[in-house]
Amino acid sequence: MPVKLFDGNSAAVESIRLARPGVIAAYPITPQSGIAEHLADEVADGRIRAEYVRVESEHTAMSVAVGAQLTGVRVATATASVGLALMHEVCGVAAGCRVPIVMPVVNRSLVAPWSLWCDHSDTMAERDTGWLQFYCATVQEVLDLTLSAYRIAEHEDVLTPAMVCLDGFFLSHSMQRVDTPPDEDAWDFVKPYVRRNMYLDPKDVMFINALCPTFEHTEMKYQQMVGFGNAARVAKDVFAEFEQRFGRKLHTVESYRLEDAEVAVVTIGSMSGAAKYVVNQLRDRGIRAGMLRICMFRPFPADEIREALKNVKVIGVVDRSSGLGAAQGPVCSEVKAACYGGTTKIFSFIGGIAGRDISDISFRRIFGELLEVKDGKRDSCTCWFDTREDAMDIREVEVPC
Amino acid sequence: MLTYKVQPKGAVSPGMNTCQGCMIDVIFRNALDVLGDDTVLVIPPGCAAQFSGCGPEASVTVPGIQGNLENSAALATGIVNGFKHQGNEHTHVVVIAGDGGTVDIGLQSLSGAMERNENILYICYDNEAYMNTGIQGSSSTPLAASTTTTPAGKPVNSKDLIQIVMAHHVPYAATASVANIPDLRRKVEKARDIRGCRVLHIMSPCPTGWGYSPAKTVEVAREAINSGAWVLLEYENGKITLGKRPSDLGNVERYFSLQKRFRNAGEEAVRSAGEHIRERYAWLEKMSRL
Ligand SMILES: Cc1ncc(C[n+]2csc(CCOP(=O)(O)OP(=O)(O)O)c2C)c(N)n1
Ligand code: SF4
Ligand SMILES: [Mg+2]
Repeated sequence: MPVKLFDGNSAAVESIRLARPGVIAAYPITPQSGIAEHLADEVADGRIRAEYVRVESEHTAMSVAVGAQLTGVRVATATASVGLALMHEVCGVAAGCRVPIVMPVVNRSLVAPWSLWCDHSDTMAERDTGWLQFYCATVQEVLDLTLSAYRIAEHEDVLTPAMVCLDGFFLSHSMQRVDTPPDEDAWDFVKPYVRRNMYLDPKDVMFINALCPTFEHTEMKYQQMVGFGNAARVAKDVFAEFEQRFGRKLHTVESYRLEDAEVAVVTIGSMSGAAKYVVNQLRDRGIRAGMLRICMFRPFPADEIREALKNVKVIGVVDRSSGLGAAQGPVCSEVKAACYGGTTKIFSFIGGIAGRDISDISFRRIFGELLEVKDGKRDSCTCWFDTREDAMDIREVEVPC
Repeated sequence: MLTYKVQPKGAVSPGMNTCQGCMIDVIFRNALDVLGDDTVLVIPPGCAAQFSGCGPEASVTVPGIQGNLENSAALATGIVNGFKHQGNEHTHVVVIAGDGGTVDIGLQSLSGAMERNENILYICYDNEAYMNTGIQGSSSTPLAASTTTTPAGKPVNSKDLIQIVMAHHVPYAATASVANIPDLRRKVEKARDIRGCRVLHIMSPCPTGWGYSPAKTVEVAREAINSGAWVLLEYENGKITLGKRPSDLGNVERYFSLQKRFRNAGEEAVRSAGEHIRERYAWLEKMSRL
């Protein structure tokens, strides 16, 4: 299998090329711009035989994607941050019309304040829009999960669009070694796009997305819910087939040294490498530490998570978005709900906002607190674990009396 | 697959839910008659959304999609490019959208499609307000017209869609009116046979929102043309051709008096509206001589 050097954006482009889209529409935004530009190059150089639509916004990019895929071709688009927020309305149309678009999203903070850097506030805000969500830990996974996402999203029992989320800069701009399948092998796996359910064709007339009366709207949502349920099973099948064909394992959740773990962190995205490194260090010191990485966030693999964590005493869930106003970060909320009724103590950790590095130091501190809980030395943890001490002095406005 | 409960005459089902005296369905029927079966429609929310049907029931015999209010031109772009990629360059991809979905919230996506010269036909029926949501003012609402968000009459003139369209150098654009159906059909026919982004801006008076008796839609539309409040023109290959010169250019008194929405228009508003109409017409005349 050829080995190439790719950054995350190029790996996304490579997987899109391998899936042979017929229409491409992407609007540039840091740190996704490389994808929009590189796709244009691929089309200009004839490596992708597609119509490249130079759209004037992300709202239009998603609209073009929906319209084009409804005619029976696979489409490609990609975005980040506020671009995804601008797409939100049309993301719901793609999901509700069961248009299985696969879209890399390069994770970047939502404004305000402006930031160019990574966190998950953009994709977490879309978590109930009706899209599958996969979060990558490495550049290799960007390629592998994108290829697999076509198969999962387009499966006749799923028909649900998918976001493949890759951390801005940490993955999008990080050069890594990537095993890349030959074109024919990838095509044999991804397979040509087959239109199903709803489509636009003057020879087989249907009108899509007309006003839906209350007497059947619930049922349309129910169908989507069933699609999500099926996606969990289909993802397992597709990952198994992927491993058989290409020799690499993909996960819905990845357990790392959890068998006998007493303390563990739950991670998502590129932070997971640092977490594994610290787990190894702790294990070397005889501490029974482990990690669970959530790779598939939608559908949320609650049963697998509960099963994987059931014997762990104390858990820290690390969210890379602030979940403002909630009792904890969004990932933690779901993990807690999944584990409800068990005896495990679960704590929310929020950090890595807007590109702040979640390093081995961060995980050593988090594990330190979890171990103190386990030993009965504390009963709460520092949720905002990497916040500066002068937080309340930044841009503080004097209120005249 | 479509199954028929009632075999319609033409492409639109009989008995649409539009108000009495509404001529949006005349636009749909004539446009679809000229365009034929090999057509895909994009319809945003608005009064025209009645033509996308409801739930399992369709109202037209051609395929289509109801999009969002602001992305009709973008959806059409996707559809036409999807067809193109599959070697289908014959299907007409047609938007039929209201003024709100066009000149306000949808202007960006239309502008993008016009600039890229996407091979679509964009038809805007203009009833000069957001009618479907309860007669709120749009940027197509004329000076002095009262709506539920301009209760004292709109203090500024309307946006000039056709000039915005012409500024995008599209291959073909035209204005039309429900007062002149043969002219409307001829323009749809012409637009049908040209490639690239084509835009038709059609005045469609609204008895409910403008406040006149449903029997008078054609009369009101005709008076708009006579007074120059609605100017018929064509734009082709960069050249503007004006229709017949308005018989009563700038004199809006009669046009206003037919409609309750201008009930509160004072002398100054009437004068100012007339002046705007004359100035705009003079400008268009000048452009048409270039
Ligand atoms: C994003 C968004 N904002 C608001 C609406 C509510 N809305 C539905 S139709 C409409 C007015 C449409 O006006 P116009 O395009 O002129 O069509 P008309 O109803 O006059 O035929 C509005 C504001 C919407 N559907 N989507
Ligand atoms: S409100 Fe006006 S535009 Fe809408 S259906 Fe009624 S008459 Fe027609
Ligand atoms: Mg309107």
